[in-house]
Amino acid sequence: MTQTHKTDVIIIGAGPCGLFTVFELGLLGLSAHLIDILDKPGGQCAELYPEKPIYDIPAWPVISGQGLTDRLMEQIAPFSPVFHFGEMAESLEKLPDGTWRISTDAGTTVDAPVIVLAAGGGSFVPKKPTIENIGAYEGESVFYAVRKMDAFRGKRVVIAGGGDSALDWTLNLQPVAERVTLLHHRDGFRAAPHSVARMKELASEGKIDFVVGKLNSLAGDAPRLSGVSITTEKGSEILPADRFLAFFGLTMKLGPIANFGLNFAENLIPVDTEKFETSVPGIFAVGDINFYPGKLKLILSGFHEAALMSQAAFRICRPNEKLRFQYTTSSTQLQQRLKVA
Amino acid sequence: MRLCVTDHSGAEHELEALPGWRVMEIIRDWEIPIKAECGGACACATCHVYVDEEWCDRLPKKTDEEIDQLEVLADLKPNSRLSCQVLMSEELDGLKVALAPGSRP
Repeated sequence: MTQTHKTDVIIIGAGPCGLFTVFELGLLGLSAHLIDILDKPGGQCAELYPEKPIYDIPAWPVISGQGLTDRLMEQIAPFSPVFHFGEMAESLEKLPDGTWRISTDAGTTVDAPVIVLAAGGGSFVPKKPTIENIGAYEGESVFYAVRKMDAFRGKRVVIAGGGDSALDWTLNLQPVAERVTLLHHRDGFRAAPHSVARMKELASEGKIDFVVGKLNSLAGDAPRLSGVSITTEKGSEILPADRFLAFFGLTMKLGPIANFGLNFAENLIPVDTEKFETSVPGIFAVGDINFYPGKLKLILSGFHEAALMSQAAFRICRPNEKLRFQYTTSSTQLQQRLKVA
Repeated sequence: MRLCVTDHSGAEHELEALPGWRVMEIIRDWEIPIKAECGGACACATCHVYVDEEWCDRLPKKTDEEIDQLEVLADLKPNSRLSCQVLMSEELDGLKVALAPGSRP
């Protein structure tokens, strides 16, 4: 029996708006759990453009996606948020006492009176390569992530891609697999230079193969793979393989929250502009996933939404307490919560 | 300056374009539905367009980053480009593109 967590607010999505929501809730004395399918905080900022400069964050003339994430993590640290990374919020139910229960695909359950959807463009899911019947091999011979290294032990593994994941798993699986072949369409990578150097070293020692080529199709009676057909400068060839790992980046899909019983309008959740509450009382939406007249998909708009939403969350979580508006510059209570007084 | 866009329903639009703007931004500015989820960071490939054959050779060359994104698309064609990686300029006045299936919101 897995343990059920209890908190004031469950935030789905640990991107910049989800993270700042922790701050605004924390000032009001509310605790939060965050659920994110990525294995790290930052959402799009950390996953899609960690190095890209952002110029429209107030008081930061320029900051990178990763820099912004790091600063937000530092800012919310006093409130000790609990993160459930690498998990997808899968189902929502209302308990008899009126609180909500979120269950994740990893079996985690969290109960809270308030839910905040800060899921941006949705869940990140792997991009699949363009191969007609690839679905028939998935789960048996074709994978988009490594969950258990054992599934690759003693196997002939073809890894496709040119980013950090492709390089890291080429290096990590090399000692375990019978043979690792890295396939990329060019001899250039978007990955840590030391990983690329190490991969080249292993290739020159004959311990792995690095092939520049284009993926064509999979061979073998599905779901069992026998080879990966590719085209190189020299023509077509088949790389013998038992396992195929494709690392072609991530894309966003709305995912299970589409089935949470909320109103949606073109994959966005309509909210009011006083509390940023959805069509379901107690469920709020902030950041890129919500919609209201005049909405701008900007990080700073999400921050504002989080502040107003937190007031409404307080009234639900602490119905018998008076909400006092205070400034961090002067309030001893806020400074204590921030652990500076 | 003009940009001609065929949307997902097949309707053609002639849009007023501004030099220096990304083709994706112009399409979005005129409220023609386009996913463009990463907002121009060359990180998602959801602003994929097919460029009219006449214009293909007149566009600036693809960067390796753009090629990385295009390579894995299910609906890739020889005239595929990411519209966030093409900036409008005098030479591209009249450019014709059609939204690819993968850029549907």
